[in-house]
Amino acid sequence: MGQIELKGVTKRFGDAEVIPPLDLSIAEGEFVVFVGPSGCGKSTLLRLIAGLEDTTAGVIEIDGHDATDLPPAKRRLAMVFQSYALYPHMSVARNIAFPLKMAGLARAEIERKVKAAADVLNLTAYLDRKPGQLSGGQRQRVAIGRAIVREPKAFLFDEPLSNLDAALRVNMRLEISELHQSLKTTMVYVTHDQVEAMTMADKIVVLQAGRIEQVGSPMQLYRSPANLFVAGFIGSPRMNFITGAEAAKHQATTIGIRPEHLSVSRDAGLWQGRVGVAEHLGSDTFLHVATDHGTLNLRTGGEVALHHGDTVWLTPDLAQLHRFDAEGKAIQ
Amino acid sequence: MARTASPRRKALVTAVAWAIGFAIFFPILWTILTSFKSEGDAIASPPKFLFFDWTLENYQTVQERSNYLRHFWNSVVISFGSTLCALGIAIPAAWAMAFVPGKWTKDILMWMLSTKMMPAVGVLVPIYLIFRDTGLLDTRTGLVIVLTLMNLPIVVWMLYTYFKEIPGEILEAARMDGAGLRAEILYVLTPMAIPGIASTLLLNVILAWNEAFWTLNLTAAKAAPLTAFIASYSSPEGLFYAKLSAASTMAIAPILILGWFSQKQLVRGLTFGAVK
Repeated sequence: MGQIELKGVTKRFGDAEVIPPLDLSIAEGEFVVFVGPSGCGKSTLLRLIAGLEDTTAGVIEIDGHDATDLPPAKRRLAMVFQSYALYPHMSVARNIAFPLKMAGLARAEIERKVKAAADVLNLTAYLDRKPGQLSGGQRQRVAIGRAIVREPKAFLFDEPLSNLDAALRVNMRLEISELHQSLKTTMVYVTHDQVEAMTMADKIVVLQAGRIEQVGSPMQLYRSPANLFVAGFIGSPRMNFITGAEAAKHQATTIGIRPEHLSVSRDAGLWQGRVGVAEHLGSDTFLHVATDHGTLNLRTGGEVALHHGDTVWLTPDLAQLHRFDAEGKAIQ
Repeated sequence: MARTASPRRKALVTAVAWAIGFAIFFPILWTILTSFKSEGDAIASPPKFLFFDWTLENYQTVQERSNYLRHFWNSVVISFGSTLCALGIAIPAAWAMAFVPGKWTKDILMWMLSTKMMPAVGVLVPIYLIFRDTGLLDTRTGLVIVLTLMNLPIVVWMLYTYFKEIPGEILEAARMDGAGLRAEILYVLTPMAIPGIASTLLLNVILAWNEAFWTLNLTAAKAAPLTAFIASYSSPEGLFYAKLSAASTMAIAPILILGWFSQKQLVRGLTFGAVK
């Protein structure tokens, strides 16, 4: 259970078309991440699936049944919000119990399930507290607890980690991935952070201006981005783009090379340049090198002794070169 | 970092604040004191502040001359009745405007507020005639209706402001958790809005309790609340300050006591959402 099918789904706010007609299918048990810059329509798309927004046109099917006009309460999906959206007047236990109470379960059953969820999420010690007395990470866990107790067909996550600090974000990312592996329930996850997308997803949907730019596994998107937008969005640091004569040599309007596919030498290479900034991270060094083709970023080993002002030669790994035509589409 | 003030400055500012507070409270204190004076002491010049023959005779006279309890009961029925009616209409209205705003929501709110800008006396004649023809003159029902309508814009505005403070995502979470509209309002919205609803209720009861224009103009004997009771001591046989003061004290005492006990709630409600 937990297969979601979007057919020609469209959303208009007044005259503005936020989501042009869009098709997408999400398989049972899949972890799908919607990723894109802010305002690309990814949250709206999630809210359409949730039923919190009405579709202007198109059909949403959940497990083969038309759910387009079902209210959120009837779709049997659970959602985790960016702001956690806990009920501030209820204790943690009552927050987690709320969906079960709405489903009309018996009191003993509710207690048993709340206890089980609290065990999984390390919340047992906090069951009597109010959300206001919890830290951000604990609140997020309560929100997840509230989502898992009623065994929904799918989980919807709307930027759930955006309000957490960096270290906690990494932890929660792992916890959510582990949760997915143990529950095997369909998850649809919205984020603007491509690292979250790459690390968690079975399938990434890259969106821009409401349109799907590309759908694929993280490594598919990394290895063969369909266009300039996806190429620039997936991967960190960003792919380098070169246009003009250098690109024409490769029969392309733009060529792209990832920072990790450029090698650096003090003596010889293809492109000469001067180191602008060298960021030493210990494990890696990021170099920003000013060349005739603009500033190129590259990733190299941690022990490289290059500094500001050094003259270097860069050589791209030609097998890893990406070529794009005048419209920005990848040339295979 | 906390701002620091010298102790002397603090003492000075405190003294000034107390002085202003006392000046504002003084007329009420004077009214209460006067209610315990004889009519002679009440108009004595120079005025007597605390050293006079304290007497309860004014209260006795007022009790004998008019039926305080009936006026009191009228006031209770009219102020609580109109407030509950207004809340009954305003809660769904404010819910709709705060959580499902339409294209015209802002304009409707402004239009509602604009009705408060018209002086009440401007519509006295039509309302008086309507009341006369429908038999609502000098009835509590009539006053409940008119005060409900008078205060409705303020009640809707206050509740709208409180509801706006409640994050929509929490209501959406309730919907995702399987709550229908009834459960959403009952288990999630109302408990979160209770401070706001309570302070709206209290403020509106106070406004309705003290409302004098409509209560004086639309009642005679049967439905007259405490405002009319005070007014009845102001003219017929000349001014009797001590008796008027006793009547005033008796009229404001209940609402003062209510205000005293609910001040925590009132302040909390009025500053609700100011600091998140």
